[in-house]
Amino acid sequence: MKYLKKYLYSQKVAPYIFVLPFVLSFLIFWVYPLISGITMSFQDIGFSKREWVGIENYAKLLRDKTFKLAISNSIEYMAWTIALLIPFPMIFAVMMDSRLTKAKGVWKAIMYIPALTSVVISGMLFRMMFSEADGSQMNKLMVWLGQQPIPWLKSKATSWLGLILLCCWRWTGVNMLYFLSGLKAIDSTLYEAADVDGCTAIQKFRHITLPLLQPTTIYVVTISVFAGLSMFLESFMLWGNNDSPKNIGLTIVGYLYKRGIQKNDMGYACAVGVVLLVIALLINFAQLIATGTIKIGKRKEE
Amino acid sequence: MKKLVSLLLALCMLLSLGVASAEIADVEPLTVAGPDDATAKWDMWSFVDAHNEFYAQMVDKWNAENPDRTIQITFTTYPYADMHQKMLMSLQTGKGAPDMCDIEIGQFPNFIPADEEIPLYPMNDALVGYEDMVKARLDVYSGADGNRYGIPFHVGASVMYWNAEIFEKYNLDYKSVKTWEDYTELGRKLRDASNGEVYLTSVDTAGVDWMWIAMSSYGEDWTGGLDGEVNVQLDSVKKMLEMQQQWLEEGIAMISTDGHVDLEAGFANVSSGKIASFPKAMWYMSRFINYMPEMKGKYDIGLIPTFEAGQKCSVGIGGTGTVVTNQASEPELAAEWLVWAKCGAEGQKYIWDVLGFDVCNAAYWSDPAFAENEENIYNTFFRVKPYLVLQQLDELDAIGTIYSTANSPTINDYFCTTVLNNILEDGMDVDEALQDAADYIEFEID
Repeated sequence: MKYLKKYLYSQKVAPYIFVLPFVLSFLIFWVYPLISGITMSFQDIGFSKREWVGIENYAKLLRDKTFKLAISNSIEYMAWTIALLIPFPMIFAVMMDSRLTKAKGVWKAIMYIPALTSVVISGMLFRMMFSEADGSQMNKLMVWLGQQPIPWLKSKATSWLGLILLCCWRWTGVNMLYFLSGLKAIDSTLYEAADVDGCTAIQKFRHITLPLLQPTTIYVVTISVFAGLSMFLESFMLWGNNDSPKNIGLTIVGYLYKRGIQKNDMGYACAVGVVLLVIALLINFAQLIATGTIKIGKRKEE
Repeated sequence: MKKLVSLLLALCMLLSLGVASAEIADVEPLTVAGPDDATAKWDMWSFVDAHNEFYAQMVDKWNAENPDRTIQITFTTYPYADMHQKMLMSLQTGKGAPDMCDIEIGQFPNFIPADEEIPLYPMNDALVGYEDMVKARLDVYSGADGNRYGIPFHVGASVMYWNAEIFEKYNLDYKSVKTWEDYTELGRKLRDASNGEVYLTSVDTAGVDWMWIAMSSYGEDWTGGLDGEVNVQLDSVKKMLEMQQQWLEEGIAMISTDGHVDLEAGFANVSSGKIASFPKAMWYMSRFINYMPEMKGKYDIGLIPTFEAGQKCSVGIGGTGTVVTNQASEPELAAEWLVWAKCGAEGQKYIWDVLGFDVCNAAYWSDPAFAENEENIYNTFFRVKPYLVLQQLDELDAIGTIYSTANSPTINDYFCTTVLNNILEDGMDVDEALQDAADYIEFEID
């Protein structure tokens, strides 16, 4: 007891004890799977066999058309989400922050509620809305507009409309809250000074809001890159399983799932996972360096 | 005041705890059949609740007959994909697998890899004495080592389901249809008579039944059988797809809503009379009972047309192979019970009367007491007694077999996602689409 007390009160040991739970979970649930994932990507794994095959999995990946399709789908999805889920939530946040908006609480709640629903349930709802049956909402709408019902989820353009709508519906509110908290941090005297100088609302947005929101924007872009590249459940639920017609909804993680879980080829699936990690890191580093969050070779100046 | 609030909060927490534990106590126990002091206790998984109900009945019957070696089984029903993935994982890691499990035929090849140790218990010995079982149905669940690993429920013979009421309404004769040419002609007549409102059939973009039927007619098999080469560029497949393209062009057929008819949307098309006929395995009869009871007396069952006279007009489609895993306790007894339950007389009767399957023990097909029993719901639901059709197929030796091999999941996967959509939805040239499929499959198998 005495020893324990001594350790707990010691300034050297106590911090380690406090970070221990995090370090342990980091080691067990992150570092260990990462290392074993990388090792497994060089193996051929079956029920009883586990053989080293060198870079064979990666060599096959290079020739794998389906994998290339999955990568392009994932990157395209990421691009769409960034293109739509940065500007619109930012505009909504500015509107929420404005004194002219009435009933802000209601608007915020309406925007945020979708984020509280589960992806599984919202995906199923969207699947029914976009069903090719004559009675689905979207086809009712088409008939109302004087068009023929169409099989929404069988072609890329129409099904991606659903996929991106689902994503925007879910995440607009969340991103808006990020921007809103960023806006709160901007000193209101800047706006007052701008008012005195006779700035228009657009000038204020362009020269005060946008630059000072940059840290928030960088953060939101970073998590959107990860979220976009690792998207799986939305596509899985929208098509009801991992098999979309002509693989129009197949993502990198979907392909990993298909190989590892559905086809029981863990080695190949791990190679897919490693490639996903590399792509995500490359994009994120490029973006963080470009925006100046990470500075290379400038340390001395500071 | 603060004290009061915190007291209330604490009370709330306590109460909710009480509610939670009460809920836990209320949870229904897993389905367990058999006494607690049984000789053997097993776990069993399935992806169909009705299968587990059947097994539970067979446990009780077994215990009545074998008081000296009673059994107890705990049943769990999982969703289809979940269960197969859990099975793969638990067999791979060597832990957590049930003693027995249902495995769907399309997934079966994943469990019997050709080049490594199979994690299942061979049932050759248990099957001795059940020689009347249709051999082809046992073959599809056999490993490359020649051992039998799965026990089937049904033959799954494919037949043509005809909405007789529609054809009567338009005064058309469907009974004389023998070849696909006749069928196409009937489709044209139906289209004209109904002003294009009723389609003769619906073609599938997410199912390969039609391809199997065509292959069976020509005696081909795209998996190449147990030791052949995969080849999807078959004449039979090409003929079927070109014919279907023509049907779509002429407005004779529609594309199955959501990909095939064994789905909610498919049931809607069948029961609303949007399509007038479709080929499907005999187990589809239970879909009528469960989802379309209002169709009683309207549907007829007959033989599927062929391209040329004398060809096989049916093929065994779908199925469930029940396995004993290598993690089972007392696997010998488990195999004995399983074979007794699924292949024995009482089991066969239940399988036909309740599940509505075409049983694998061919000796029963022509037994009137078994096959033509008026109390059987299926015998009164349709315009024909289903086993009479089965007898006809048997006499003609018309039920072909397409194998499920290690390459089957790859072929099915690509056809159901890409090839059939390319050809039927987008009208791609059949040769071109099949060439693309061949290239893809070659890469995958490599």
